[in-house]
Amino acid sequence: MNHPLPPETSDRPLAPGQRLAPSARATLSPGCVREIQALATKYPDKLAATLPALYLAQADLGFAGLEAMKEVARVLEIPEGHVFGVATFYTMFHQKPVGKFHLQVCTNLCCALRGGAQLFEKLCARLAVTPGEVSPDGMWSVEEVECLGSCGTGPCLQVNHEVYDEFLDTAKLDAVISACRQGNVPVWGK
Amino acid sequence: MGQIRTKPDSQIYTFEGFGTDKFPNFMLRGAGNLRNWHIHNYEQRHEGYEALKKALKMEPASVTGEVKASGLRGRGGAGFPTGLKWTFMPKDTDERKHTRYVVCNADEGEPGTFKDRAIMEYNPHQLIEGMIIAAWAMQCSLGFIYIRGEFKWLVDKLDAAIQEARDAGYLGKNILGTGWDFDLLTYRGAGAYICGEETALLNSLEGRRGEPRVKPPFPATKGAFGQPTTVNNVETLASVPVILRIGGAAYAAIGTPNNTGTRIFGVSGHVKRPGLYELPLGTPMDFLVNDLAGGCNSGRKIKAIIPGGCSSPMLDEKDFDCPMDFDAMKARGTMAGSGGVIVMDENVCIVEAVLRLTRFYAHESCGQCTPCREGCNWLEMVLHRIEHGAGKPGDLELIASLTPRINMRTLCPLGDAACGPIDSALEKFRHEFEHHIEHKTCFVKGAKLTSAMGVH
Repeated sequence: MNHPLPPETSDRPLAPGQRLAPSARATLSPGCVREIQALATKYPDKLAATLPALYLAQADLGFAGLEAMKEVARVLEIPEGHVFGVATFYTMFHQKPVGKFHLQVCTNLCCALRGGAQLFEKLCARLAVTPGEVSPDGMWSVEEVECLGSCGTGPCLQVNHEVYDEFLDTAKLDAVISACRQGNVPVWGK
Repeated sequence: MGQIRTKPDSQIYTFEGFGTDKFPNFMLRGAGNLRNWHIHNYEQRHEGYEALKKALKMEPASVTGEVKASGLRGRGGAGFPTGLKWTFMPKDTDERKHTRYVVCNADEGEPGTFKDRAIMEYNPHQLIEGMIIAAWAMQCSLGFIYIRGEFKWLVDKLDAAIQEARDAGYLGKNILGTGWDFDLLTYRGAGAYICGEETALLNSLEGRRGEPRVKPPFPATKGAFGQPTTVNNVETLASVPVILRIGGAAYAAIGTPNNTGTRIFGVSGHVKRPGLYELPLGTPMDFLVNDLAGGCNSGRKIKAIIPGGCSSPMLDEKDFDCPMDFDAMKARGTMAGSGGVIVMDENVCIVEAVLRLTRFYAHESCGQCTPCREGCNWLEMVLHRIEHGAGKPGDLELIASLTPRINMRTLCPLGDAACGPIDSALEKFRHEFEHHIEHKTCFVKGAKLTSAMGVH
């Protein structure tokens, strides 16, 4: 196609040959393995445990990289390819490490109408991070996300998949950042 | 029990006159009170589980009959009659005993929609009661609540509420002495908008990629785990206890003929009081936007309204008086959808708004059907170059030739949904697109809607 502007980058599935980031640890903790095994009998079919198991593995290893996927497949005794397909389909499984505080800002239309896009830029500037990367000290990562279901109370920010911070403005943004710095927000995976 | 939400909620749920006969409060009882969700509050203050006790004394078929009589239509977007949907479930025969499932679609991801969240936050037991009644009517053995992954605290809350219901004997073995067993499980999605489509949801519930299935077979024949399944929206299921309590005929008297009952409308965007307003179907849109939500917050004129979640075609000012029900909206060329009303004032660049929505669809397309996967990305690229001053003279014709090739040519309605905003914007605000192509800049001087970072 002959387009003067490149398409905007987005979180596309991995390109052939692209490597996933390695985890610090190759195996899950025994507690996590037990929790995943318990999941296998919770649903009518053990395949259904794939998503919840990936959440557990992600919390245990920090992100859902290749090791986490292989471990889930091993514990649940399901094909590795299936787990890979699932983990790369859903955006809430992160294939590379995130910061101790993973901040997600909704910039979809409803939030954007109330300044979501500007707040996202401000957040990136304040923390000196680029979306998709972790800050050098390992503290922060930011992500622009699609609708969080907070349209009436937007703009909306979610830290580490927890309860939302709504009606976000510059003052609230600072309050959230300082709350994270002071350790008042649970860190990623805890 | 997990951690239950502790942050205060500043959402608006009420208005003057709410809770009277004219504007009955069925769905938002106690909304705003963070302790409202407990079973004792639901039982003592909101007539909780009375409908279930009534339903369990009735034949399953007459429960379905009551829902049919109420005229309840699915609140998720399509507006399909709920009672009729329930009758599609196969009955047990001597040769074959079915394992039937009921699934609640709580994957609320449509931009502009935030109603289900309030129900699960403040009245999870109303949803649970609705699911038990639905399960009784269809004789299901297990129910699932599929919640979007971002609502983690609501998963914890629902788990706690389900446990409360189990302890009270409303769930589990031999429910209220009827000898009937039923239980509920929650399932957390992982951030895919497409899983709001019922067959994609079922795939996701089975632990697969959330790709819509080929229909037929419909879920009522072959749904979750290969068994007959009915998928209903949160608001639909939460309406069922109300119907059983006041009676199908009384429920049908609310609203307009063929569009009965109340529904929760979420108003967002450029209004003074964004929030959730429960209104009888058929209430005019300008009453909601101007009288309840206070009109435009910037003092400027309202340019466009998206009436039912971002997938519905947008309306311009000549249609702001449209009654908000499924049929009237359809007659005006849009759809009532999920009840999310997005208000945009004069300063909004329609091209950029449409670009933002198209970017969403391009990002959320599951990639299964070529027209949607390639088409949405192509639309995004064309809109992107128009918005950024590189539009070519033939671009609008290009868009107009693209959308019919996506619309109705995909397995699920995501492709159709992506075309709705573009087609309607091109029809109603064509001059803005033309201005962009000709002058390389916006027709209006509003704040930007897309960030310069632009990375998902």
